[in-house]
Parts: sequence; C-alpha cells; structure tokens
Amino acid sequence: MSRHTLSVLVEDKPGVLARVAGLFSRRGFNIESLAVGRTEHPDISRMTIVVSVEELPLEQVTKQLNKLVNIIKIVELEPAAAVQRQLLLVKVRADATVRSQVLETVQLFRAKVVDVSPEAVTIEATGTSDKLDALLRMLEPYGLREIVQSGMVAIGRGARSITATAVR
Amino acid sequence: MTSATPRQQAPVPGKPQPPPQGVRPKPAPPGGAPVRVTGAQSLVRSLEAVGCEVVFGIPGGTILPAYDPLLDSTKVRHVLVRHEQGAGHAATGYAQATGKVGVCMATSGPGATNLVTPLADANMDSVPVVAITGQQSRSLIGTDAFQEADICGITMPVTKHNVLVTDPAEIPRAIAEAFHLASTGRPGPVLVDIPKDVLQEMTTFSWPPELRLPGYRPTTRPHGKQVREAAKLIARARRPVLYVGGGVIKAGASAELLELAELTNIPVVTTLMARGAFPDSHRQHLGMPGMHGSVAAVAAMQRADLLVALGARFDDRVTGQLSSFAPDAAVVHADIDPAEISKNRRADVPIVGDCKEIIGELIDAVRAERQAEADQPDLGPWWQQVDQWRQTFPLGYDWPADGTLSPQYVIERIGKLVGPEAIYTAGVGQHQMWAAQFISYEHPGTWINSGGLGTMGFAVPAAMGAKAGRPDRQVWAIDGDGCFQMTNQELATCAIEGLPIKVAVINNGNLGMVRQWQTLFYEERYSNTDLGTHKHRIPDFKLLAEALGCAGLRCESRESVDETIRAAMEINDRPVVIDFVVGKDAQVWPMVAAGAGNDQIMAARGIRPLFEEDDV
Repeated sequence: MSRHTLSVLVEDKPGVLARVAGLFSRRGFNIESLAVGRTEHPDISRMTIVVSVEELPLEQVTKQLNKLVNIIKIVELEPAAAVQRQLLLVKVRADATVRSQVLETVQLFRAKVVDVSPEAVTIEATGTSDKLDALLRMLEPYGLREIVQSGMVAIGRGARSITATAVR
Repeated sequence: MTSATPRQQAPVPGKPQPPPQGVRPKPAPPGGAPVRVTGAQSLVRSLEAVGCEVVFGIPGGTILPAYDPLLDSTKVRHVLVRHEQGAGHAATGYAQATGKVGVCMATSGPGATNLVTPLADANMDSVPVVAITGQQSRSLIGTDAFQEADICGITMPVTKHNVLVTDPAEIPRAIAEAFHLASTGRPGPVLVDIPKDVLQEMTTFSWPPELRLPGYRPTTRPHGKQVREAAKLIARARRPVLYVGGGVIKAGASAELLELAELTNIPVVTTLMARGAFPDSHRQHLGMPGMHGSVAAVAAMQRADLLVALGARFDDRVTGQLSSFAPDAAVVHADIDPAEISKNRRADVPIVGDCKEIIGELIDAVRAERQAEADQPDLGPWWQQVDQWRQTFPLGYDWPADGTLSPQYVIERIGKLVGPEAIYTAGVGQHQMWAAQFISYEHPGTWINSGGLGTMGFAVPAAMGAKAGRPDRQVWAIDGDGCFQMTNQELATCAIEGLPIKVAVINNGNLGMVRQWQTLFYEERYSNTDLGTHKHRIPDFKLLAEALGCAGLRCESRESVDETIRAAMEINDRPVVIDFVVGKDAQVWPMVAAGAGNDQIMAARGIRPLFEEDDV
C-alpha cells in the first residue's frame, strides 16, 4: 500500500470533522494522520489527511469525500511537488552522563531543545515523518519518556494556491 | 405555553375589536419584503414557498411550536401518522409516486430516531426526502436532556446531508438548501434539526433565500467526448445490453431510453429499482437482472460484449460474484454520481451526468456514428440467442403440490386485473420478488419498493404516501404477512385521512424468503420463521383490517382470487385489506445463490441452464 496526502478544503461548519472521520471509518479506510487548521479564508478550513491505500480505493475515497456537501475541494499532494511537515515533541531521559550525546543528535537533525531538567530534555523537531522517525530511532537508546506528534501538514511547491480557485 | 403563534381571543360582544395581535401571517409572496415571524412560522412559510404540499408526521414536545402555524396553513397538508417510521416511508412513497420531494416531521429523541430506518432506506434508493425534526432548546443540547438525541450525528452516515439550525434567521435557507440538496444531483434524504427555542424566537422571514453550498456542484451535463466514445462502442458491439437502473426513473428519462433502445435495437434489462422505466410489454425487454432476475436478462449480461449501464450501480444483488460477472463485456457506465463509476466494476467509458441529458446526447452520437460508418454489426445472431433463452426459460411457477393457493398466481392476477396504470408498492421478501416478476410495469413511478436497504414493512406506509401524492391512482400494496405486521398501524391513518389504499397480504404464515433459504441452505431446519398466522390465525388479518377502519377480505382458493380482487377494486371509501392465504412452500425462481457467480443461475430448483451449449 502506498501513502497519499490529501489536502481537503472544507467549510468551517460544526460536524465537518465528524463527517470526514465517519466516512473513512464506515468505508473501511484508515487515516494515518490528520491535521485541521484555518486557512487564509475565514470560512474555510483545511484538513491534511494522510492515508495508506492503493490507487483504486484512493479514487473511491476521494469521490466519496467529494460527495460530502461541506467539502469544497480535494487535492492530492505528490511528495515531490509539495512541502510536508510534522511537529514532534519528545521527552528524552538525559542525565549529565549522556546529555552531550543527546544534544549532538539534536543538532544533527536541526532540532532544538525546548525544556531541560536534571533528568531529561524535551526536544522539538519538525520535518517529514521519515526524518522524525529517524530522529526517534537515534534517541531511543537513551530512553523516550513521552512522545507527542502532530498530524502532517503539507503545501504545494511553487506560486499556485489551491484555495485561490476554490472560492468563487 | 407551547405555541409561538398566539391564537386570537374570542371576540367580546359589545367591545370594539382591537387589531388582531400576532396575526397569522399571510403566505409570503416569493421575493416579498422581510416580515417579522416566529421561527416556527418561518418554517411553515418556507415549506409553503418551496412547494411542499404534504407533510407526514407526529408532533411532540420540541416540534410543537411548528405544529401551531401548520394548523393555519392552507397550502401544506399534514398527515398524522401512527409511527414516525410510517412518516418516513410515506414521504418516500410520495416522492417516488410524484417525483417531488417527500417531507416528514418528528419530534426530538425517539421521534427522530424512529426516522432513521426510512432515512437509511431513502438514502440507499436515492429518494428525495426532507426530514424536519425538533431538537431540545439550544441551552439544553449536550446535557442529556429529556428526549434529546444527537440526530445529526446519528443520521450522518444515512443521509445525503443534515444540518442543525441554531439561528432562526437561518430557517428559510436551511429549508431551501435541504430541498435543493434532496432533489438535485443524486437525490437523497436531508435532515433539518431545529431546536425548540429556535422555533419560538422572533425572526424575519424573506424568500427566496440565497443558497450557500460552495461544495455542492453536481455534474449534469455529460462530457461530449465520453458520449462519443460510448456511441462508438455501441455502434460496434455484437452482443450489447442496456442495463437500466433507477437513475433513469429519477431523471425522467424513460422516453429517451425508449428512443435509444429502438434506435439501436439493443436488448434492455431493468433492475429492481428501474421496473417501469421501460415497458415490460416491449419486445426488447428481457426482464429484471440479478439474484431473482429472468434467465434471459442474467444470461444476456453474462454473455454480453458491451454493457451500457444507465443510472445503475452494479449492486451485488445484480452482479452476483463480481469477478465472474459479465466477463467479456466492455462497460459504459453513465451515472450522476461519480463515486458509483468504477466503484464495483471498472468502467471503460465513464460518463458523469444526468441520465436524461446523457441518453439524449447518446442518441445523437449514435446516429452520427451510424452515418459515419457504413457497415453495422448485425444483432440478428444475438437476438436469436436471447430469444432462445427467453423461450426456453420463461418466468413461471408451479402450483403447490399440497393444493394450496399459489402466491405467484395471486400477484399475477392482481397485475392483470388492476392494470398498469395503478401504483404498486411492496415490502421485502418473496412477495416483493414475485411482484417485481409477475406484474407488468409499463410506466415509470408505478413500482415503488425498498431495493437497497431491503426494509420490511415498507409497503403499507409507502402506499399511503403514494396515494396522498396521486389520489387519482389505484395504489396497491403487495405485502407479506411478516412485513404487514411491522407497519400495519398506518392503515388507521389511511382510514382516517381518506387514503383508500388496497393491501394484498400474501399470507404464507412464514417469513417466506428466510424460510426459502432455510429450505435450500439450512437442510430445511425452520428456525423461527413460522409466524403462526396460519396455524393460529393470529392475528386474523380480516378482523385486524376491520378494527383499523378498513374493509377486510379473505381469499383461500384459486376460484375466488379474481372475484376478491374485483371486490376490493369496488371499495373506494376506505382502505381494503385482502388476506390471501397461500402455500408456504412456494419459492422464488430463478435464483443465483448469494455469493455465487451469475453463470450458476438456477431457472428452477435443480435446473441450471447450460450456457456452454448456448454460446453465440
């Protein structure tokens, strides 16, 4: 199965998230990641949905999504033609003996430390899910106390805007 | 105080009358200036303005404000049903008989949840229905208040759309949008949930409201290139079949279909939802495809080199095992819902649009294609093959060996005596399949049944709705004794509201279709299918009918079938129920077992048409 990123423009109305989530579950599709936020238009929100499906079921899920009245537009963002980012906050066990090694890893990944205590550091990192997975693998030997991850957000490269044509 | 519209006081003699306060608003002229009204009045005026003529419903706590101005409406008739499920199915029957939007109304909580089954039913069969439900007041929502149910959440998966109205000023738009959504594109049910205090609050009403549906743009005009591609395939096919679904009836495209069929001389099959879209009496009509379809229809699709699907959705009850369905056929799939295309079977030529427009353009494109190409394939050998299937395996039935009345015969006689101008509804099960097989439908909108959801108990309330919409027509509910016991209380509604429907209860004393499967697949172990309606005559349908204000008739022998049907046709001042006591062992044939390939069709038990020998 391949991973697809859908950028979905929706009307900012109550229950839209439930409609989308319900549609995925009742038609048997798994959401890998979901991020919802505002756009430059006050009445429009954007959902960035990452799904793992084959090509044919993807077409079906897109068509079904399009039937939801509150959904305005759906665009699949190809990884090569889009910037994709996820936010990670991770609390790593790091006392004085290993702290410098942990900090070295943080630098390598261009992440940053946002909180320090005698036993642990909290690291903030952004990137694609592959990069964040790699960072977590590197930090795992020190002891991962807590992980918080946001959904993926993505935007197409270049000057074009997918919201521009959606609002008439 | 339950009403937002205070009634006028009785006039006091001798005292000059002050100008009436809270006067009933006159029906607003469309485009008229905004007027001050309550939310409830705004709702009723919106219903009037949108052209709603009948509402099926039951009042209750939260919807009560809406019922007050409804009492004064001269345009909207309210039919007080006995159960909200009846209201929903009645709205569905009304919509399918008239082509207009059916409307039902219920209160919050249990009233609303009782609408869930009919909404799911209308959703599966793409029927334009608007449901209006009361909701607890805004301040109480989310507190588990009395009769509170999150009906928008509950019906989300079974409606085309739903909305909770939180501002009385939004009522006209909500109603206008609901009717627009229900009746355009692929039709479907829309629910509008209105809190009680929103109905009571003062607001302004003006019509028409502006629709704000930025995400709703159904495609109705087909793509010209796709139509030409389809016409090319049609012009070259040697074994084509027109696979006609309910979308043709929804689009009002029967005349275009007839023209296309006669122009191309292609055999036609009509699905359960499309019975009546093409005249049964027409030479090119092969009958219904699918699990209980005619051998000719099923075989023609299996051996076709081209399927032209028009407003059909390749339902599993039509295709059987998908991998072995119509293996050699290219597929042209025309539907207004893009999500249906290539959902089950990949389409070689997809056409998204309204069936009326698509078929109209196809006719022109086929004509153009024919002029361009001199040699047309000869459909003669195909028709020879199809006719051979038709002659060898016609629809038929055997009389029960135990001397009991044949249910198929009863239904066939009803069709013959009552004729094709009447409207027929059915419940779900054996009687439904027989009614689809043995009644000849000549016109769209004369066959109304629950196809997708398979809702037992559909027949009586749907007939009630159909009769309300088409009082000029005879409306016959072909029902089973199992189905009838689920919704027969609506006969009281019919009797009181002056809706004289006829109900033919095909009473075999059993849940017949389930029993048939037990006979075929469960070694005749009849677990919980005997309803006792034969053994104990409980209930006595004749007496039950009379108790509900209907005429009750009973027929137990072949000799009295015609006279009983004629007697029922004579009674028009109240509904009629006929208890047709029939044998319990009659079975629906032909049949493709669930999950089997359509090549495994059995014309009758143990008789499998040997397709290998019949190949073209």
